[in-house]
Amino acid sequence: MTAPLLEVRNLRVEFHTRRGTLTALNDVSLTIAPGEVLGMVGESGAGKSMTGAAIIGLIEPPGRIAAGQVLLDGRRIDNLRYDQMRQVRGRQIGAIFQDPLTTLNPLYTVGRQLVETITTHLPLNPAQARKRAIEWLEMVGIPAAAQRIDSYPHEFSGGMRQRVVIALALCAEPRLIVADEPTTALDVSIQAQVIALLKRLAREKGTAMLLVTHDMGVIAETADRVAVMYAGRIAEIGPVRDIVKAPNHPYTAGLMASIPPLDRRVDKLAAIEGSMPRLSAIPPGCAYNPRCPRVFDRCVRERPDLLDAGTTRAACWLHAHG
Amino acid sequence: MLEANDLARYFDVSRPALQRLIAREPRRTLRAVDGVSFTIPKGQTLSLVGESGCGKSTVARLVVGLYPPSDGTVAFDNQPLSVARADPAQRQRMQMIFQDPYASLNPRWRVRDIIAEPIRAFKLVDGKDAILARVGQLLTQVGLAPADGEKFPHEFSGGQRQRISIARALSSNPEFLVCDEPTSALDVSVQAQILNLMKELQRSLGLTYLFISHNLAVVRQVSDRVGVMYLGRIVEQAPAETLFTTPRHPYTRALMEAIPDLDMTGRTRIPVGGEVPSPISPPSGCAFHPRCPLANDRCKAERPLAQPAGESLVACHAVEEGRG
Repeated sequence: MTAPLLEVRNLRVEFHTRRGTLTALNDVSLTIAPGEVLGMVGESGAGKSMTGAAIIGLIEPPGRIAAGQVLLDGRRIDNLRYDQMRQVRGRQIGAIFQDPLTTLNPLYTVGRQLVETITTHLPLNPAQARKRAIEWLEMVGIPAAAQRIDSYPHEFSGGMRQRVVIALALCAEPRLIVADEPTTALDVSIQAQVIALLKRLAREKGTAMLLVTHDMGVIAETADRVAVMYAGRIAEIGPVRDIVKAPNHPYTAGLMASIPPLDRRVDKLAAIEGSMPRLSAIPPGCAYNPRCPRVFDRCVRERPDLLDAGTTRAACWLHAHG
Repeated sequence: MLEANDLARYFDVSRPALQRLIAREPRRTLRAVDGVSFTIPKGQTLSLVGESGCGKSTVARLVVGLYPPSDGTVAFDNQPLSVARADPAQRQRMQMIFQDPYASLNPRWRVRDIIAEPIRAFKLVDGKDAILARVGQLLTQVGLAPADGEKFPHEFSGGQRQRISIARALSSNPEFLVCDEPTSALDVSVQAQILNLMKELQRSLGLTYLFISHNLAVVRQVSDRVGVMYLGRIVEQAPAETLFTTPRHPYTRALMEAIPDLDMTGRTRIPVGGEVPSPISPPSGCAFHPRCPLANDRCKAERPLAQPAGESLVACHAVEEGRG
């Protein structure tokens, strides 16, 4: 295996509130190799967006990284000063967020925003940068890019705007992209176009990607490996095929079973009873134990770490050997 | 139970009169719903699917009378909707469940008061204790505990709040429920709970549903009949099984093709090109023609009408001519 581009070690993110300290992320470790797409799924509040935010250094107070390390190419980036981190963001790490309208500045033309990003991070003069910006707009599939470059964000439709955001994230040629729900705000027919685009660009440029989404269908089509988050921890991590088809953690199994199938009608969907605990009320032992159909006494007492479960690694005592 | 005939709703989106005068602009109308017909038999579920802006939520609002129609009629149990809405005894027979359970419950009210409001408004049960007993019964019916009535909405998760919305809708003993994206704000494991609950309630109470959703997989699980909407019109309408096994309209087929599926790991799909056009200036003829692989000159010029094709009603020249 090649050396990982991104390595997250035992990351812990805490929020200090008047009612005490909430742990939003607890002991999260993962790696992403160059050219690899790691999918991250989970229910709202599971910590998937928080992981993305921690990697790009955008956790806002009162949240803070309380423990652990984030390494890009073996170099720590979680303890950089704000101005140093700004150099890493954009140049090394590109970010794509859910809502393309809030990512773009409505007062500047798309071209100006692209040129600004390119000249900040690459040794190009403004004319060269503009040429490069047009090339990027063409690459993400914007028709008549040479004319549209002087348009403002509101003159684009939602799908086109998200393409501009993708161009903006990629134009400094970062080595890692953190994409947080990049297609959630889009309609299915547009979503399919954007997924195909992201996949193609990542493959062509050898860019690594952390793809955060709650849509298992998007993950199944795009990711190489998947991390399933539950209550601030990774419940299971492994190759996408095994996570989808043969999950080893009861939560992953429940999550997969609860997705309504498109190809047949079932009389009763397999729901997981209850809901994910709030951060202020995570039960002792395994956080999933109150909802787990295969719970036993050890789950209530002791918290499982990620254990080897054959094809994947799962935080579940069912996979404890000896 | 419910019949919509050539239903239409236009919105005036012109700029203010003075600005229009200065810029010499004409009035502009947005045809959110443009000639939609369907019937829902008692005890069944009709679903409307489509992408954002196709007019499905506007249909939901027209059907319960939140918007007056610009054209066409809605009949509820064989009487015009306006007549049915005027009579409290008829009005209580229809209720609505909204998408966002965070916005549709008053945060300052206790859950028992939220659920009791329709009971008090329609004077269905007399006496404080009797109302409280009824609320407890409703909470039990949707899978919550009677004691939960004392709490406020913020103490519940998204799925539990949607259960409260359903309990409120059920409190006036309705027969017809309009559900506008009832599960799209919920996580998938919770969505399954709510869908199961809605199906169970339909069986036990004989409810009739108009179900609005953008999620085809969800629609397949709950519907008897499905209408696919595009730019304010129903382009294809068929029994659910027929629609999913033999989609006929090119747009329906494109929609199904576009959905990422768990079984498609690693497969590359051919996405539909283009975007949904603006309903203010829809394309001529068939609104789908700029994106349609089967479009020809007739599609650009002439608006297709819904024609029977097998068990389906399809508005497409290509299907009618056998080019599909």
